[in-house]
Amino acid sequence: MPEHTEPGPAAQAERGPAPEAEVLVSVRGVSKHFATKLAWPGRAAAELDGAAGGVPGGRVGFGGRLWRSVSRRSAMVQAVTEVDLEIRRGETLGLVGESGCGKSTLGRTILRLLAPTAGRIVFDQTELTGMSERALRPLRRRMQLIFQDPYASLNPRMTIGAAIAEPLVIHHLAATARERSDRVDELLETVGLRPDAARRYPHEFSGGQRQRIGIARALACKPQFIVCDEPISALDVSIQAQIVNLLEDLQAAERLTYLFISHDLKIVQHICDRIAVMYLGRIVELADKATLYRAPSHPYTQALLSAVPRIDARDRVGRILLGGDVPSPIDPPAGCAFHPRCPVKDKPAACSTEVPRLRVLRNGACAACHVAE
Amino acid sequence: MADPAPAPRPLLEIRDLVTEFPAEGGWVHAVDGVSFEIAAKATLGVVGESGCGKSVTALSIMRLIAPPGRTSSGTVTYAGEDLLALRPAAMRAIRGNRIAMIFQEPMTSLNPVFTVGDQVGEAVRLHQGKSRRAARELAVEMFRLVGIPSPEARIDAYPHQLSGGMRQRVMIAMALVCKPDLLIADEPTTALDVTIQAQILELLRKLQRELGMSILLITHDLGVVAETCDEVVVMYAGRIVERASTEALFAGPRHPYTAGLLRSVPSYGEAGGEHARLREIRGMVPSLSELPAGCKFYERCATREALPADGQQRCKAEEPRLEQRGASWVRCHYPIASPGEGA
Repeated sequence: MPEHTEPGPAAQAERGPAPEAEVLVSVRGVSKHFATKLAWPGRAAAELDGAAGGVPGGRVGFGGRLWRSVSRRSAMVQAVTEVDLEIRRGETLGLVGESGCGKSTLGRTILRLLAPTAGRIVFDQTELTGMSERALRPLRRRMQLIFQDPYASLNPRMTIGAAIAEPLVIHHLAATARERSDRVDELLETVGLRPDAARRYPHEFSGGQRQRIGIARALACKPQFIVCDEPISALDVSIQAQIVNLLEDLQAAERLTYLFISHDLKIVQHICDRIAVMYLGRIVELADKATLYRAPSHPYTQALLSAVPRIDARDRVGRILLGGDVPSPIDPPAGCAFHPRCPVKDKPAACSTEVPRLRVLRNGACAACHVAE
Repeated sequence: MADPAPAPRPLLEIRDLVTEFPAEGGWVHAVDGVSFEIAAKATLGVVGESGCGKSVTALSIMRLIAPPGRTSSGTVTYAGEDLLALRPAAMRAIRGNRIAMIFQEPMTSLNPVFTVGDQVGEAVRLHQGKSRRAARELAVEMFRLVGIPSPEARIDAYPHQLSGGMRQRVMIAMALVCKPDLLIADEPTTALDVTIQAQILELLRKLQRELGMSILLITHDLGVVAETCDEVVVMYAGRIVERASTEALFAGPRHPYTAGLLRSVPSYGEAGGEHARLREIRGMVPSLSELPAGCKFYERCATREALPADGQQRCKAEEPRLEQRGASWVRCHYPIASPGEGA
């Protein structure tokens, strides 16, 4: 078991009667804030004004918030705030939320591609926070990332073979050129590509094939943990199913652990064991799949799940239409960040003054909401 | 050609449209013989994967195909006139006025150096000769209609000051300000988050009721089609492979491609979550410059194995025509039996 012995935070939904699986990645109180340039606050202020109903009589973008932000010189974007999360060995944890909610930033912070502003990240009993780049390197081999747009992440002037072999070179995983090219062939076969792909260039492949290449590259150094950042969002519907099936086959064959970041709630329901829902940098709900989709607890989760377009008209009853836009993470609303859009009637005063903590509910799910039971 | 049915004249009628682009070794047909019509006040969905020709179809209707691409044959009849034969000035009077279009990515379709109010007002000043002041008032009214908060202030904002959902509302306001007969919406919600998507789709439905326009909705999301459209056209490799009422299509897809698309989406909500393998469509869309001779979907088709050898041979050699089968039009020699048909 990992080192932390303090009573775990609420973020530990039981999954059926199975014994608590071993924790591979543990995230404790992690925040990631970015300083912004001056250009940002103006836009953010305009967006905020929209959410708050605009500045009476004022010109857009010139509300009080803009000047406050400008006078502050560099505002802080609170991309991720106080996240507690555990990822168990062999599971797929889904991370969902709308664009800008911080899910990609959280994924990258967990991999220490970004240094957290606060908090601790423990990977397989080793604390990553505060580790030097050199000390991190051997661990990097065991944690990989699959990107949304594989075309942007492949060097256009490198053959596929060279791109897949690169991690092998960097981590000294192949002694000879022969060994290296054998491993590349093996990886190509694993992801369903022909060996002659090794001699070709990224532009010669379709989106689905490029995603297979991205997966082969991530697999090259036999990782244990892969962050899949919107791996299928750029693909056509018929190809999405192919890649999802591939990811699942690989997980079974290699005992992989996935953090699956996506805004596609259908795919998440299909592939994930547990799901964390983010809103404006915080996790607002964490539950196993069955509980979350049967009875979402947080009002935001309820609205999010109900907004998905449905083929069967009977499934559309009870849709919750949210008003307004997601507020800016530069100056999130006080209290619960969701309260200006929250459809719950007769909210307690705490909603607009006090940040709700993630707590365990009666159905075993965890939600950060003053109202949910 | 068309059957002499005494039905009310459709608002827009497309016949045998062919749009082609030069490629290595000749012209490729991005749209190849597409025919459909849109009734007044109806919503027609066009679905298909990238490269299937759905956007090119829309751009061909609007005569916005950039050279060297060209619409080489076919007719697009609107109000008794073939749009493809109109003089450029006459087409300009229709484009953005009687037929308007909204695009997928509002940021790239809005001009960053003009305020959104200017851009919305431009259409009425151009098409209806309205004064600057009147155009501004109309723009405010449109902003209110599409649900932009505090429209009097918003109208002076520049595109970069607005969120994605607000920009898409501006695009819709711009398209609707002249009260068009037909709105062509090319993936209007694809770049948006689901909660914003739900808002925008609801808005389109409401505006359609209020303004009585027709909508041609291009999307890859079958859920969006099911929620918004009366009729659906499924495209593959530049051709229509199936056409049916929304109800009939989702109740019983007849073309193996449509069936495959529907199957490859995991079930969702209370019915979903059982961990079966997704049923993928094998292979990938053929390149337009290397299309097979017979059925363009043959290589990926899931029903072809069940066919006798001569049937497979037929699919491989002879391209099926779009034919009426029960309630649907299908381009397949061996369409899937419809649920009501029995045999």
